[in-house]
Amino acid sequence: MKDREHIAQALAASGYIADSELATAIALMQRLRRPLLLEGEAGVGKTEVAKALASVHATELIRLQCYEGLDQSSALYEWNYQRQLLAIEAHRGHADTIEDQIFSEKYLLERPLLAAIRRDKPPVLLIDEIDRADDEFEAFLLELLSDFQVSIPELGTIRAVSIPHVVLTSNGTRELSDALRRRCLYHYVDYPDVEREARIIMARINGASASLSLQIARMVEGIRKEELRKVPGVAETLDWAAALVGLDVRDLHDAPETVHETLMCLLKTQEDKVRISREVSERILGKVA
Amino acid sequence: MSCCGTAPDFEEMNEVSRLVSGKLAAFLRTLRDNGFAVGLAEGQDAASLMASGYAAKPGLLRSAFKHLFSARRSDWQKFDGLFDAFWLGKRVRSRSLAAGSTKAANNPSLKTIQDGAQPGGSQSASDQVPSSEDAPSSRGGEGRMEGASRAENLAEVDFRKLADPEQIAQAHEAAAQLARIMRTRLTRRDLARRRGYRLDLRRTIHRNISHGGVPISLVKRQRKDKPLRLIVLLDASGSMSMYTSVFLRFIHGVLDEFREAEAFLFHTRLAHVSGAMKEKDAARALDRLSLLAQGAGGGTKIGESLQTFNRWHAARVIHSRSVVMIVSDGYETGDADLLGREMAALAKRCRRIVWLNPMMAWEGYAPEARGIKAALPHIDLYAPANTLKSLTALEPYLARL
Repeated sequence: MKDREHIAQALAASGYIADSELATAIALMQRLRRPLLLEGEAGVGKTEVAKALASVHATELIRLQCYEGLDQSSALYEWNYQRQLLAIEAHRGHADTIEDQIFSEKYLLERPLLAAIRRDKPPVLLIDEIDRADDEFEAFLLELLSDFQVSIPELGTIRAVSIPHVVLTSNGTRELSDALRRRCLYHYVDYPDVEREARIIMARINGASASLSLQIARMVEGIRKEELRKVPGVAETLDWAAALVGLDVRDLHDAPETVHETLMCLLKTQEDKVRISREVSERILGKVA
Repeated sequence: MSCCGTAPDFEEMNEVSRLVSGKLAAFLRTLRDNGFAVGLAEGQDAASLMASGYAAKPGLLRSAFKHLFSARRSDWQKFDGLFDAFWLGKRVRSRSLAAGSTKAANNPSLKTIQDGAQPGGSQSASDQVPSSEDAPSSRGGEGRMEGASRAENLAEVDFRKLADPEQIAQAHEAAAQLARIMRTRLTRRDLARRRGYRLDLRRTIHRNISHGGVPISLVKRQRKDKPLRLIVLLDASGSMSMYTSVFLRFIHGVLDEFREAEAFLFHTRLAHVSGAMKEKDAARALDRLSLLAQGAGGGTKIGESLQTFNRWHAARVIHSRSVVMIVSDGYETGDADLLGREMAALAKRCRRIVWLNPMMAWEGYAPEARGIKAALPHIDLYAPANTLKSLTALEPYLARL
């Protein structure tokens, strides 16, 4: 209980405006030692959660960006082949001693997963967009996340020095396996409500007044309700807010022209741009108090 | 169900905690009934959470349990209702689908559709092999018909003429088997094509240590082939009713056997049915589906259903090696232009669109329906699928993708 309030405060102090449930999720993560799986639309701030978590724990953030074809050698470890070849050349003729030498720590390149379990202070391990990796990698990850040990054939088994705080994010481009889902705590990150979004804008954009932030948040909410192909996320809102502040807009109603022209920060496809015509943007602006 | 009784924090079990753990076990059962994947470990964690003060406030406990027990967005959304209903005694709108599935056996919607075999119609059904270029040539040689041949006599009978239950069961069996054969053939083909294209430095060096590091025997690396993904959109409207049950069975087989397949059902709206279809037992799967297929017979809004698919599901289920298979007669009761637009959008996304139209084999059928006319330009293969044979003939086409 204490830890939960403590975490909520620490998150706020680090500049991440969390909803109340997220603080619970992070407290549970610590207590139950389970990874946290974050799902949600692109641009709702899933990755930011990991960054905030790292600053709450005042620890390092190690990030593994997943992509199709990601394999162990770029996720876990790799041997430094150039150096190995050099060493082999340099010690030509001592074939029996060379093998021990070139498969030692000195020639080992740490990749994110190995790095994460070898730190003295538990880092935050962010496994970003896990849905982009292949099934096989997911299965491998599952094993790593339950045992926290890695075996390197040439070196032997490496056990975790500390258990990292693991955060996984997914955009839902692929269905994840049930096993992985069950292993993790689940949190669905939704678009923030108006009030929270306004607070996020205020926290992130220098020079955004409370009233302007609220107006921007309301306007964005109105736009999200339109039938759009790509609904703007929090990142887009922040871009837009920065643009408006940069153009010295104090009140949206004073500059409907600028508002419409800067909507390009929010609308990322031609179709959406056509849909939010001048009339539509004025209508939405009209509803913003 | 004593999964929480063994939790480490429960060493001094008094009466109260026994009551609580009993209640918790019942809650876990409720969750499982509603399709949550909850295991022993989750039960223990839940018990330890309750013991450590999370049970003090219902809101807090709900939030904690929600994170622990949910595994996907649908779970996330229905959890609050379930929690409130169980612990706080509030009424929840309705129990979810999965809970009532076993009773659905006497549901008249889909299972009994088979009785609708109609007399009359054409004799010509038997000579309809897909009109596409690849079908005839691939029949010989490879001995891949072993499954279908068991039901040889059925192979050429139009599905809607199957009347006696035994025949229907046979056809279902054959459809499932067909799916199985398609799967093995497609995978084998994948393996045979593999050849390295890039050096695997790690293995090369390791292998050549004995040569003093001179790379003599090279180890190659191969690109991993993406397995073909099949996405089936099945029209469950009234006009298709004679065919739906066989196709459902086929889809069940496909989902079971393909590593990657997704199934959707549509009539006036679209339903994602992969979950229900993954039920091992075919009969139970069909039962569960009959619930989802409510509304069968009320016209077909293919365009709108496709729009829903494109908007909400396409990004997730379609990748570069995906085939979308639409099984429908193309009788669009909604907006045909919308159908055309959505088909164009879909065609941009996936590798091939196969449209199976059981009516195509009927004598004198021409694609007159407005819907099919709008859709035709975007379809890669337009084939009849009214007999097992015509279904089998599809497989070589898929294998070449």
